[in-house]
Amino acid sequence: MPPRYAQFPAFSRLLHWTMAAMILTMLCLGVAMVVSLGDYHVLVAIHRPLGIAVLILAVVRLVNRLINPPPPFPATMSQLERRMATASELAMYGLMLVLPLIGWGMLSAARYPIVLYGSAHLPFVLPHSAVLYAGLRKVHTILAYGFFAMFMAHVGAILFHTLIVRDGMLRRMAPWNIAGTSAREPR
Amino acid sequence: MIGVVLVVVAGGFAYLGGWLTPGDLTPARFVDAFERANGVHAGFRRNHAKGLGVSGFFESNGNGMRFSKAVVFRPGRVPVLGRFSLSGGMPHVADSADAVRGLGLQFSLPDGEAWRTAMINLPVFPFRTPEAFYEQLVASRPDPTTGKPDPAVVKAFLERHPETAQVLSVIKSQPVATGFENTTFYGLNAFRFINSSGESTPVRWLLTPMKPFEAARDASAARDTNYLFDALIAHIGRQPLRWQLVVVIGQPGDPTHDATIAWPADRERVVVGTLTVDRADAEETSAATDINFDPLVLPAGIAPSDDPLLSARSAVYARSFTRREGEMKQPSAIRAADVRKEK
Repeated sequence: MPPRYAQFPAFSRLLHWTMAAMILTMLCLGVAMVVSLGDYHVLVAIHRPLGIAVLILAVVRLVNRLINPPPPFPATMSQLERRMATASELAMYGLMLVLPLIGWGMLSAARYPIVLYGSAHLPFVLPHSAVLYAGLRKVHTILAYGFFAMFMAHVGAILFHTLIVRDGMLRRMAPWNIAGTSAREPR
Repeated sequence: MIGVVLVVVAGGFAYLGGWLTPGDLTPARFVDAFERANGVHAGFRRNHAKGLGVSGFFESNGNGMRFSKAVVFRPGRVPVLGRFSLSGGMPHVADSADAVRGLGLQFSLPDGEAWRTAMINLPVFPFRTPEAFYEQLVASRPDPTTGKPDPAVVKAFLERHPETAQVLSVIKSQPVATGFENTTFYGLNAFRFINSSGESTPVRWLLTPMKPFEAARDASAARDTNYLFDALIAHIGRQPLRWQLVVVIGQPGDPTHDATIAWPADRERVVVGTLTVDRADAEETSAATDINFDPLVLPAGIAPSDDPLLSARSAVYARSFTRREGEMKQPSAIRAADVRKEK
């Protein structure tokens, strides 16, 4: 009999926690660098390659999700919660892909070299254009705040289930393995 | 419990984003200070607003390879995009001999790398820190009643910053060249060159004109509004203008963190190549118009020094760039028709 809170596959969990740390770092770097004078250069120099790393991992994660589908939702989730969870997952997958692409695009339109490390850099993917840069720069900011809001809602929902409903929701994504047979029943 | 977790995370995010410390000096406040000093001129750079695009090429002689592995120093030629400018945020200000002259350059390296440098005609910079520069911007804000900066406020600033007073007296004592074409431009900050064996050398750089220096005569004489730019266009039309790129090799102990201090005059100077400017383009057509001459756009082989102005310049230029790129472009003082006429 499958455990009631079947865990995500191990590789999915690894991707989840790695990307969670990277994305939270990216969001923090983003808000910090635009108000920083002395640390601006260092923060930008991290933000750009880290953003590209998020983009690559997001593609890996999307493929992984198709190969390794997530376990079913726990029985403690209502229909509405399931629909909201699915929609927010979809939105976060979208943002993981789109935010770095917009960053790449806006730097291309501004003709800022997109240096990854040393002399390694990305090609420009858009024409040199003030209008494109200005528009994408705004969208980048708005979507990033949106991503932070979704992150907060995600953490809030998981904590609500884990601490209030006490259905062990967090254990589905626990970094360590919880054997199906030894998984404790929710209290 | 859940509320506490969320508030702590949101609070940390807000702190990093500067919302909890509204008094801090940020790139946006810096650009605001430029806007208060000069007014907002939509579509223009917040400083060095008046300018002219140029293009040409840089021919390296290979001498720079001793100190830097940057591709730009290998023997050969790379295309250069540039912009001559006058300091200040007024895009239609009348040319004057004593306005600070700027030259922004982008060396486009063969594999898509770029080297940008924003140079001025001052051998040393009047401000040691971004904060001092900001203080000066605030101190020199025009008094609404007189339309001029309050002399008492300016004096108080100079008393707090003797290094600025010192630099300004050095600048005043040196004659200014008649035009852009015979002006020496300096890279302002110290940088580091990294060579192929990984050795790091503190450096500064300057461009020395091939046209002989001639001191500007009576600076107060009445002249055409765009006389400096008109003369530049005419010179380029007659014959390409050339500058030698000179790298000053620092010694251990030479200050790299302080742009107000000149290095000793006996430091080794290496000519690493020649810049040729053979085309002028008005801002409406020049690709330089939508380029941010960020001094920290550097190729592998050139690295920032510990000068605090560098990161601040990068940050403030980026903020100014983002603001102006989102605005409707207004015609520049020097139009395409002027470029054709002078040629």
